[in-house]
Formats: sequence, C-alpha cells, structure tokens
Amino acid sequence: MTKITYIAHDGSKFEVEAENGSTVMENAIRNAVPGIEAECGGACACATCHVYVDEAWAEAVGEPEPMEEDMLDFAYDVRPSSRLSCQIKVRDELDGLVVRVPERQA
Amino acid sequence: MTKKTDVIIIGAGPVGLFAVFELGLLDLKCHLIDILDRPGGQCAELYPEKPIYDIPAWPSISAQGLVDKLMEQIAPFHPEFTFNRMVSSLEKLEDGGYRVTTDEGETIEAKGIVIAAGGGSFQPKRPPMPGIEAYEGKSVFYSVRRMEDFRGHDLLIVGGGDSALDWTLNLQPIANSLTLVHRRPEFRAAPDSVNKMYALHERKELGFEVGQVTALTGTDGQLESATVKGPDGPVEIRCTRLLPFFGLTMKLGPIAEWGLNLHENLIPVDTEKFETSIPGVFAIGDINWYPGKLKLILSGFHEAALMAQAAKRIANPGERIVFQYTTSSTNLQKKLGVA
Ligand SMILES: Cc1cc2nc3c(=O)[nH]c(=O)nc-3n(C[C@H](O)[C@H](O)[C@H](O)COP(=O)(O)OP(=O)(O)OC[C@H]3O[C@@H](n4cnc5c(N)ncnc54)[C@H](O)[C@@H]3O)c2cc1C
Ligand code: FES
Repeated sequence: MTKITYIAHDGSKFEVEAENGSTVMENAIRNAVPGIEAECGGACACATCHVYVDEAWAEAVGEPEPMEEDMLDFAYDVRPSSRLSCQIKVRDELDGLVVRVPERQA
Repeated sequence: MTKKTDVIIIGAGPVGLFAVFELGLLDLKCHLIDILDRPGGQCAELYPEKPIYDIPAWPSISAQGLVDKLMEQIAPFHPEFTFNRMVSSLEKLEDGGYRVTTDEGETIEAKGIVIAAGGGSFQPKRPPMPGIEAYEGKSVFYSVRRMEDFRGHDLLIVGGGDSALDWTLNLQPIANSLTLVHRRPEFRAAPDSVNKMYALHERKELGFEVGQVTALTGTDGQLESATVKGPDGPVEIRCTRLLPFFGLTMKLGPIAEWGLNLHENLIPVDTEKFETSIPGVFAIGDINWYPGKLKLILSGFHEAALMAQAAKRIANPGERIVFQYTTSSTNLQKKLGVA
C-alpha cells in the first residue's frame, strides 16, 4: 500500500492508502476527496481531475505525456506542477505523495 | 417547410442509434438530431479509441467501433440525421403530435419523441476568465457561425487545438488585428496549421502570446482589452472580440425548459414504456432515471426495445403488434434487407 495525501482547496487533508496500479484520481473518488470530479472516468478526456503535485514530488511523479498536456489546456488555472490525476499511476516510489486540489475544476 | 417523420430522436449517442433499429422493426421512421457533427455521443466525443468490455457478445470493442457497427446495423432503416444542431424547444400539437425546433429555427414534426440526450448536449466549456459571462454573445463567442461578423475587429483567440488554429488562419485575413494566446508553445492542433500560424507570426501579420488570460476589461458587454499572464509577466492586449476554444462539456441545456419532470437533471420514467411525464415523449439511455438505473450502454439498448413497443402504440393506435424474432420472421428480415 502507498500513502497519498490530498490537500483540498480549503486546506483540509485526506490521507489515503492506495493500491499500486490504481490511479491518483481513482483513490480520490473512492475516498470522496472534494474537488476532484473526474467526469470522464479516467479517459484523459475531461480535465476535471486536475491536481497540483507538491514540489518535493515533482521529479518522482514525472512529466505528463503529450496527450495529457493537450488535455491540461482545458483545465482551470494551470501551473507548472499541474497534472491530471487519472494519469498518475500509484507505485512504490510515490509512497508519501502529496497533491493539492485546485480551487475549481472548470 | 416543416419536415415530418414518425419519431424524432434527440441525441445520436449509442442509445439513440439503437432506438432506430427497434423502432424500424416496427415500421417507424426516425429522424435524429445532435449538436455534435457526427453520430456516437460520448463514445465518439470522449473515448473513441478506448475499448469497452461489457457490450454483450463483444469481449472487447472500441467505442468508435461500436458506433460504426450501430450505424451499419441501422442502415437498412435509412434514418435521417441533422447534425450541428441543438434541439431548443419541444411542443405538443393540437393533432396529438409534437414539434421540435432547432437553435437555427428549423422545425420537424413527429408522432412521438424519444429523448436520448445522454449527459446532455455537448457545449463549449467556459474558460476560467473572471467576469466573462457579461461579454458572452456580445463580444465573446464560442463558435463562428458567420465569418463576416468578425471582419475589421481586433480579435483575440485562445486555445491550442484545431478549432483555435483553424479560426486563427481563417479570420486573420479579414480581422483588423489578431492575437492568438495559448498556454504553451506546443499545440495539439495539426502541425501544418501550427507552422502556418508561426509563419504569419514571423511576418508580424498576427500576434502570438504564450500565457493565460487572467482579466478582461470593457463596458456594457463590449470588450476593450484582455490581460495575458505569461512567463515574462502580464501583457495587455487590445481586442474587441474574443473567441475562446476550451473544448466541450455536457450540459443538460434546453431540455430543462420543456416542462418535463426532472430528478437531479435526469428525466424520471417508468420501466415499462420509458415514458416521461409528458405522454408520447420517451427518455432512454443516460438521460433517464428510475429505481436501479445503471448508466450503461446495454441498459440503454434494453430501454430502447421496450420503449419502441410503447411508441408504436402511440404512432399507430389500434394496430396489433406481433412479437417476432429477427432469426425466424421473414417479415422482419425483409425490413432488414436480408430476405
Ligand atoms: C470514458 C468513458 C468510459 C465509458 N465506458 C463504458 C463502458 O465500458 N460500458 C458502458 O456500458 N458504458 C460506458 N460509458 C458510458 C456510456 O458511454 C454511456 O452510457 C452512453 O454513451 C450513453 O449513451 P446515450 O446515447 O444515452 O447518450 P450520449 O452518448 O451521452 O449521447 C447523447 C447525445 O445527445 C446529444 N444531445 C443532448 N441534448 C441535446 C439537444 N438538446 N440537442 C441536440 N443534441 C443533444 C449530445 O450532444 C450527445 O451527442 C463510458 C463513458 C465514458 C465517458
Ligand atoms: S478523469 Fe477525465 S481527464 Fe482525468
């Protein structure tokens, strides 16, 4: 199990034990983290699962694929640390990952 | 001139398409209307290349593959399609029929209506620019219906996809000035359009800024300028028209105004006929709601079959409906063009 911490826009923290191979979006939905909508269910087709990856984790998480970059164009308030959480797969190296939920998704 | 048909299907997603088959077996002709420019609804717009694993008898089929197969399956019934149109109103006529009107004012009449509107109609996303609502329809537009409306204007186009790039190239010759704004120097649009845009930019025939629009200024809905925050800080760009292209999202849209009972943006129906609170108006697929509802394609197919029986009784009252199998009924096989 890999620990992920979601920080909602109002600052409240959600610590979640995630299974490797699942996505950061799926664990947010399963644990009802507010502010992650995931309208398209993880198809990289809606940009409503947008998160900011904590700076300390940027390198471990890595860069988005071109398809995800394209979809990020549709997200709200995109920053260098922006990712679509449905495209981040949970794995051992991400144990302790911290992501922040933006003010809104669209 | 008002067109007439047996059944109008609002929404050409997988469920609306399969309804053509079930209604067709009962000799009802269908006309489908969708705001998208092609059939398939969510399958075509959101995940065409993803495999679906729970379509009975198809262990795996891509969403677009499913749409193609449905189109093949309903071809014998020659359905008519009107694309790029939103159904904006639905009214009941004196003679018991119905009339729908599109956002371009076309009217079609039918004996029955099937709402297969899924998650709602696909509409342009409103970009995250504070106060943009005040300018919409006056100086901010989400599509170009007539190019002439943009002649002589100072245009600001925002986005990095094909719509943004195509309209940049098409409107540049008739605009007074044109600036394209995109979040990054890479584009999702076709490379050829991107190269053309960069060439125009080099010749100083259009402006290109990397960044995000953070503020709009103007009075009474008339835009005067926009602030673009880029890597080198904010820049102010003069503009009288803004065209943002931020993709599509599903919104219930005008259906809310048709006098139907709604339950959290869904249309409650019974599970025998899938009829709404207005007799003769049916709702199938993702748009409907009943106890136990699952938003699955296969559920929508089942709903279409049952709905068709009820629609037939309304369209041809008094006619006896004989239950038949497609495998063994020559009558049905004739309709399918195989006997
Ligand atoms: C990523 C993803 C994966 C999925 N995977 C599966 C799966 O594995 N199995 C499964 O069974 N289901 C799956 N689904 C769900 C499935 O796609 C839907 O259940 C299905 O598309 C519903 O079909 P529909 O015809 O009811 O509506 P839609 O496909 O939503 O089509 C409705 C159409 O109606 C149009 N429309 C609405 N209102 C109007 C109007 N007023 N005027 C004009 N046009 C209008 C819309 O533009 C749209 O094209 C998935 C969905 C997504 C997003
Ligand atoms: S859930 Fe839609 S893009 Fe991630």
